[in-house]
Amino acid sequence: MTSATLPVGTVPSAGARPRRRVLPGFHLTLGYTLFYLGLIVLIPLSALLFKTFTLTWPQFWEAVTGPRVMASYRLTFGASLIAALVNVVAGLLVAWVLVRYSFPGKKIVDALVDLPFALPTAVAGISLTALLAGNGWIGQYLEPLGIQLAFQPAGVVIALIFIGLPFVVRTVQPVLEDAEKELEEAAMCLGATRWQTFSKVIFPTIAPALLTGFAMAFARAVGEYGSVIFIAGNVPMVSEITPLIIIGKLEQYDYAGATAVATVMLGISFILLLVINALQGWQRRRSGDLA
Amino acid sequence: MSIRTTESRPVRVLLIALALGFIALFLVLPLAAVFTEALRKGWDAYWEALKEPDAWSAIRLTLLTAAVAVPLNLVFGVAAAWAVAKFDFKGKSFLITLIDLPFSVSPVVAGLIYVLVFGAQGWLGPWLAEHDIKIVFAVPGIILATIFVTFPFIARELIPLMQAQGNDEEQAAQVLGASGWQTFWYVTLPNIKWGLIYGVILCNARAMGEFGAVSVVSGHIRGQTNTMPLHVEILYNEYQSVAAFAVASLLALLALVTLAIKSVVEWRHERELKAAAELPPEAPSHAPTHAPLVLKEAP
Repeated sequence: MTSATLPVGTVPSAGARPRRRVLPGFHLTLGYTLFYLGLIVLIPLSALLFKTFTLTWPQFWEAVTGPRVMASYRLTFGASLIAALVNVVAGLLVAWVLVRYSFPGKKIVDALVDLPFALPTAVAGISLTALLAGNGWIGQYLEPLGIQLAFQPAGVVIALIFIGLPFVVRTVQPVLEDAEKELEEAAMCLGATRWQTFSKVIFPTIAPALLTGFAMAFARAVGEYGSVIFIAGNVPMVSEITPLIIIGKLEQYDYAGATAVATVMLGISFILLLVINALQGWQRRRSGDLA
Repeated sequence: MSIRTTESRPVRVLLIALALGFIALFLVLPLAAVFTEALRKGWDAYWEALKEPDAWSAIRLTLLTAAVAVPLNLVFGVAAAWAVAKFDFKGKSFLITLIDLPFSVSPVVAGLIYVLVFGAQGWLGPWLAEHDIKIVFAVPGIILATIFVTFPFIARELIPLMQAQGNDEEQAAQVLGASGWQTFWYVTLPNIKWGLIYGVILCNARAMGEFGAVSVVSGHIRGQTNTMPLHVEILYNEYQSVAAFAVASLLALLALVTLAIKSVVEWRHERELKAAAELPPEAPSHAPTHAPLVLKEAP
């Protein structure tokens, strides 16, 4: 009984002080992990912070709040928000259909959901652009209606929907699979309509997963570059995303300005990462309570 | 009377149609467009575009990059998973968060940090220039940026898997006198092999397809520092649509192969899980309990 409550990796020891680790390799593997993490991730990232500290506060503030940069924040965060919301609805729908119903070709559809993870973003970018441009498969039907999606902020949203879809599907799917049928049956027996069962019984179970998926899709969308730049049109103040601002500043050898904007983006991604970790913890506790 | 815990037939059909419509519009159509555009001027034009020397050098550089980045991240992933999953120490969850960090960093920022370290104005820039070593705007920079963006893939796949398996089998092997390497090689490795393959193919797909980070550090020198995705961009911007989509179609094929292997791995893994579940409880289980494979390209 006691051994079951001990954390992984510890040996049950009745208060014996010098606790011996039974498995070897702790110092070697942890040491290598920290070394590699430091070399590849932490030292280069700290270069970003050090470079930022060479700027005075007014310089920094000017670099990160210039009108063109502000416009890019609005586009990047606005488009990411819309795309992540669309992904929540579409992702729930796809996950629901994949878990609950059977139809021909289901396995292929299931595998295809991960396409945005596997397809290089540049390929997705030029492909979506080719589809939506005025002479493309979809664009040619929209153009007579006066709708233009490519080279517009709307194109950014579409690219980000493509990129974010698997995050929502793959976080909601396992939770839906584990959801207890008994609860739904009980709701039915007590006279709930199907819609009531969904909104009062099923939805609360999957809500944490949906929120996690939303946050993941949003976080990915904010930093996305490859799929967006082809379709965005990249007009300053209109359809220029924040990562492109960084590239633009770099190309003008404005390293300090690029670094300042990058620091803002890094800070935001770090906050999003912590939010996602907290959401996942909440989700685990929720499913733990139910089990 | 059975209790109806599903929707009425028309609702089911409608939801399936909506989901499939969305998948067709957002996933199938872009994929089909890549191959259609690549073959718009026929197979000859397609082969011409792929036989071009610049395309070849881009393909070679992409393969080289993946061949360096994936094994390095594989060794790291196994080491990190061993330390994190098999032992308990202070700051473990913070370490996991740090391992995840490259997922949430924008690829452009990932490229920029290497420019800041190795670039002409960077920390090591003057020293490198003195010794005539080129890292940024050269192949080493491309490889480093690729390692960064694919850093967590394998570790992220292995950590939950090894945590779920616990230490019992390894401890048994130790008690029976196995060395550390033997324990890892004969006990741990067979248990994690599907997760390992899974992580490697995803890591490889991202390594070959990375665009943003590599774009910042590459310098875009044709025939020298162009990977396949960068070559696609150059061709596309030069309005060589067929050539751009021809190279892109190779990357799309890579994506399809990745998805196929991934599906097979998941299928094999599930079968082993089922086989393990069907063993009588008193029999010593050869197939240990596996954590379900979950795709974790978490940002």
